[in-house]
Amino acid sequence: MSNGRFGIHGGQYIPETLMNAVIELEEAYNHYKDDPEFNRELTELLNEYAGRPSRLYYAKKMTEDLGGAKIYLKREDLNHTGAHKINNVLGQVLLAKKMGKTRVIAETGAGQHGVATATAAALMGMECVVYMGREDTIRQALNVYRMRLLGATVHAVDSGTGTLKDAVSETFREWTNRIDDTHYVLGSVMGPHPFPTIVRDFQAVISREIKEQLMEKEGRLPDAVLACVGGGSNAIGAFYHFIDDPSVRLIGCEAAGRGIDGWETAATISTGRLGIFHGMKSYFCQDEYGQIAPVYSISAGLDYPGIGPEHAWLHDTGRAEYVPITDEEAVCAFEYLSRTEGIIPAIESAHAVAHAIKLAPTMGKDQIIVINISGRGDKDCAAIARYRGEDLHD
Amino acid sequence: MTKISDAFQNGKAFIPFITCGDPDLETTVQIVRAMAENGADLIELGIPFSDPTAEGPVIQAASGRALAAGTTTDKIFDMVRVLRRELTLPMVFMTYANVVFSYGTERFLTNAQEVGVQGLILPDVPFEEKDEFAPACRAHGLELISLIAPTSHQRINAIAREAEGFVYCVSSLGVTGVRKEITTDIAGMVELVRQAKDIPCAIGFGISTPEQARKMAASADGVIVGSAIVRIIAQYGREAVPHVAEYVREMKAAIADL
Repeated sequence: MSNGRFGIHGGQYIPETLMNAVIELEEAYNHYKDDPEFNRELTELLNEYAGRPSRLYYAKKMTEDLGGAKIYLKREDLNHTGAHKINNVLGQVLLAKKMGKTRVIAETGAGQHGVATATAAALMGMECVVYMGREDTIRQALNVYRMRLLGATVHAVDSGTGTLKDAVSETFREWTNRIDDTHYVLGSVMGPHPFPTIVRDFQAVISREIKEQLMEKEGRLPDAVLACVGGGSNAIGAFYHFIDDPSVRLIGCEAAGRGIDGWETAATISTGRLGIFHGMKSYFCQDEYGQIAPVYSISAGLDYPGIGPEHAWLHDTGRAEYVPITDEEAVCAFEYLSRTEGIIPAIESAHAVAHAIKLAPTMGKDQIIVINISGRGDKDCAAIARYRGEDLHD
Repeated sequence: MTKISDAFQNGKAFIPFITCGDPDLETTVQIVRAMAENGADLIELGIPFSDPTAEGPVIQAASGRALAAGTTTDKIFDMVRVLRRELTLPMVFMTYANVVFSYGTERFLTNAQEVGVQGLILPDVPFEEKDEFAPACRAHGLELISLIAPTSHQRINAIAREAEGFVYCVSSLGVTGVRKEITTDIAGMVELVRQAKDIPCAIGFGISTPEQARKMAASADGVIVGSAIVRIIAQYGREAVPHVAEYVREMKAAIADL
């Protein structure tokens, strides 16, 4: 029977050719996830190599400026390679190595997951191939160079719209072509079971740390945790250990692009409907015939027409809320956090900052918001400058 | 009444695939008619999907052309309804889970039955997920075709036992597309199916030449050819009908006497 369900969502909608590969992965993961030696190695990599635990920083100036809830920033941007992606990648590449794989493949949108995978592959001596939409290789040329510098091969994907969804499709195609020695390091909490569970578990370190750090600083739980959502890996990581604490509001911030009333959007919960794609049942932006929509967001990392199945379920049950944030709101938040706290967030993370700017003033001074700053914004500076009309290129 | 098993009553079966609406539905009608007249035993009608993850570049491009030409699931139902008035051979739809699910599985299968389609192939629905579609298929008299792959090994027994219509044996790793050589032990795969159930086996993925078809058909009940035909259509467009007809005749001739 069907595996890996979150309510009605999830499952394993993939070609038969890949079924034994995901079954083998599930068995290996179930074995190693409780293996003390595996966990010792992973913890050492996370601490000594990636720089964990990441700081939980009290944003005093932002708090005072907004005049409401106390704001803490979870600094995933300070991790090695500059984003939360490394948490999952170190776990999966270590797992792949234990499984005897010698080659890893990955999709990437903005390039953060590709860079993280290339990094872990370099560290652990694995061959690495990254699939990236042609359009994105142009938008993020610097990250293409980084991956090559780290020893990875980057394949530009021309099919479809040449963006993240096409990179995912192409990586699945490549996996059906070469399975024996190859592990697909999926970058988000999406795809067929067991990926949504594996990626969530590797990212859950974020909420575990938030809980401990806030308990130490404030002696209590937060009132709200905010994170941006594309596929949803940083958000599920930030939410996971709070799911059973009903007093904590969990708010996912989707990329509305130019607004949820038009077609230039990537806000899946706001504009999508139930479907089956990329191995999972979940919500997808699609037309009346089930053709997947060519979504749009200023943020290449959120430019995806679906959302992970566990988020779809948290939405169904009402445990988490999902709100749309436009390009303009995200860019304003990108500038605001840079100016106010001296922290340049990834444009993805800026979507969560934008919602905090709206939410904090409506809350009491005795309340606490945690924003997951999932990545650093250096990669976005040229694009944001262009958005503001400056002729700046990487 | 037409049944999928009819396709295997005429020697080894030749099963062509085309993407409906490439380059337009009028041409598809003519091509289907020509294939039926020139030896096709069963026709796979591809309903284009925006993101066909099991397809190689040739069928990906065909799906793109068909969608750009305004092809929709409803227009394909209308086309099949017209074709069914003159054709008696079995026809099946091949598409992706979301095309059926998003249309409404019940509504899709009601229409498919009404226009006279006998089966459904969904390459992104493995054994573990078939209950999403199989009960509704059964209720509407369509057979949901099961696929097995070179990586299936111990799974073949369970898949074959519950298979309906025929078993689609995927010849090679990777996605659809023409291959120079097929090295998989096809006879071994077919043998595992036979141990589980008495059901026809057709081989697909990578077959393009009469020699390959003959070799594959020797160890199975039929061969499926997609990309090689779609490539002819890509080359000749609206003028492709006689070229496809000639190709189908040649392929069926290569396997008919086995």
